[in-house]
Amino acid sequence: MDEGRISRHGSGARLWLAGGWLLLASLAAIFAPLIAPQNPLAQDLMFERLPPFWMSGAEPGFWLGTDSLGRDLLSRLIFGARIALIVAFAAALAACLIGSTLGLIAGYFGGWADRIISRIVDVWMAFPPVLFAILLVAVLGTGLSSVIIAIAVIDWTRFCRVIRAETMGQARMDYVENARIAGYGRIGIMLREVLPNVVPSIVALLSLEMGIAVIVEAILSFVNLSISTDDPTWGGIIAEGRLSIHQAWWVLVFPLVTLILTVLSFSQFGEGLKARFDPVLR
Amino acid sequence: MNATRPCLDIQSLSAVLPNGARVLRSVSLSVQPGEVRALVGESGAGKTMIGKAVLGVLPPSVRVVEGDMLLEGEDLGRLQPKARRTLIGARTALIPQDPLTALNPSRRIGPQMTDRLVRILGWSGPRADARIRQLLDAVQIRDPDRVLKCYSHELSGGMRQRVLIAAAFAAEPRLIVADEPTTALDVTVQKQILRLIAQLQREHGTAILFVTHDLGVVAKISQKVSVLYAGKVVEETETAALFAAPQHPYTRALMAATPRYTDPFASLKPVDEAVLAGLASEIAAADQAWRRPHG
Ligand SMILES: Nc1ncnc2c1ncn2[C@@H]1O[C@H](COP(=O)(O)OP(=O)(O)O)[C@@H](O)[C@H]1O
Ligand SMILES: [Mg+2]
Repeated sequence: MDEGRISRHGSGARLWLAGGWLLLASLAAIFAPLIAPQNPLAQDLMFERLPPFWMSGAEPGFWLGTDSLGRDLLSRLIFGARIALIVAFAAALAACLIGSTLGLIAGYFGGWADRIISRIVDVWMAFPPVLFAILLVAVLGTGLSSVIIAIAVIDWTRFCRVIRAETMGQARMDYVENARIAGYGRIGIMLREVLPNVVPSIVALLSLEMGIAVIVEAILSFVNLSISTDDPTWGGIIAEGRLSIHQAWWVLVFPLVTLILTVLSFSQFGEGLKARFDPVLR
Repeated sequence: MNATRPCLDIQSLSAVLPNGARVLRSVSLSVQPGEVRALVGESGAGKTMIGKAVLGVLPPSVRVVEGDMLLEGEDLGRLQPKARRTLIGARTALIPQDPLTALNPSRRIGPQMTDRLVRILGWSGPRADARIRQLLDAVQIRDPDRVLKCYSHELSGGMRQRVLIAAAFAAEPRLIVADEPTTALDVTVQKQILRLIAQLQREHGTAILFVTHDLGVVAKISQKVSVLYAGKVVEETETAALFAAPQHPYTRALMAATPRYTDPFASLKPVDEAVLAGLASEIAAADQAWRRPHG
């Protein structure tokens, strides 16, 4: 009991910290035009490579400094959050929908359905994911929707594998047998009895996947395969920052920190939600 | 209606595993309306399999190869799967061995109990709710409002089993399969639960197939008893007659091995070697006789 209480406090703190950062990032993304101190695309060679506010040579209004074209880094990060989060939500939701549905079916019905779905998952997972993504974007063409589709198409297997295993465990439980005896149909049992018991895992995976989608989008932007180069993306900023690391370290470090915080927050938020949702752990 | 028609009639039921091993060997057994039939035997004898066969939830690996099961005269084997489900759902219920896993951990007790009445039997919500409260009262749950809002893990083992007993009787089934309903509970709670089942059974006149490995429980609750060994019914009689004059050597050995309630110092003696050897040859002979017509 005591252990439970301690872990609950731990999960509470991490839930709030992670949730707080994600809320901040979401607000920044939604209200980017209102919040951003500068136009993220405005170049001004008078202001190139300004350092962040606490260093000598900083200019007011350019809190995190500027890049080699004089664009305001903070504003670019705020606008970059838009693409990062749109991709995160859309891609993760699509992957979740495909993967969880197939996982639930494979785990609950077993037999042929399970054999076919599991085989597809095995084949899918044999492709190295980053290569798979680059290949897909190359085929689909660059652009926001291609990135989203690529991530969903690659990562649904994560949901499928975990949800299949959890569903199998639940399907063996006596309450499922009881529902059979009572006369419920198979699909009704799957949706009303089993699904609620795997929802905590789905939520945790969904949040984790959002973090993964943020990374994948950053990687694709980094190798210039994502969105048009005009819109600021975190991966794109990192790529530019890498080129000027010796003159302006901040252009590389701030987007990296932002990216890492966001990815960590997504995974911690998911774990925290799972602990809170799960009636047995609660 | 025929007054002597059994509520449950199992005729020569055999079931095999994929490797051909028999788990049930021509089991015949009947439960009259309103009667408690105990099914007693050691762990692994196949008691749970018989219950599952009746309720239509045998594991996929277990295949019925022979025999009929009649529920109130309806041959379950001849019904379409859908009709069979409906019939079993309407006329039977299970009181399970492990009350924790028999309740859905992510649904509150209240909806879980009323759901079946509303969705399967078509009752109105208020009627189902009133019915559930009436039964919670009958199983001596004093604070139904709290219990109905609980999740199963918030209740004690005894409370969970009370909830499941209430749920089993709620839809007025004709037959209840009780599969070792007290085995997973604390000793102090076992007697209360047993009393509750006996009391509700009398009030509702429900036939019960009561699975147990405990002869003490058999004596307390049943009118008839079948003794099962290795999937074979070795003795079948009135409970009083069984205790007065056990016929089969295995029954006698089982009795000798059971410590009496009156004698707390009696030790659990293993069943006699000679008896087991006799049983083994009896079962081998039965299997041989069975294989001839079945290949
Ligand atoms: N899911 C299963 N698949 C195959 N064999 C099983 C399964 N469950 C139990 N058995 C076997 O069937 C026999 C009867 O088991 P069971 O009915 O559970 O016994 P009891 O309830 O009397 O303890 C045992 O020998 C057991 O090993
Ligand atoms: Mg059993």
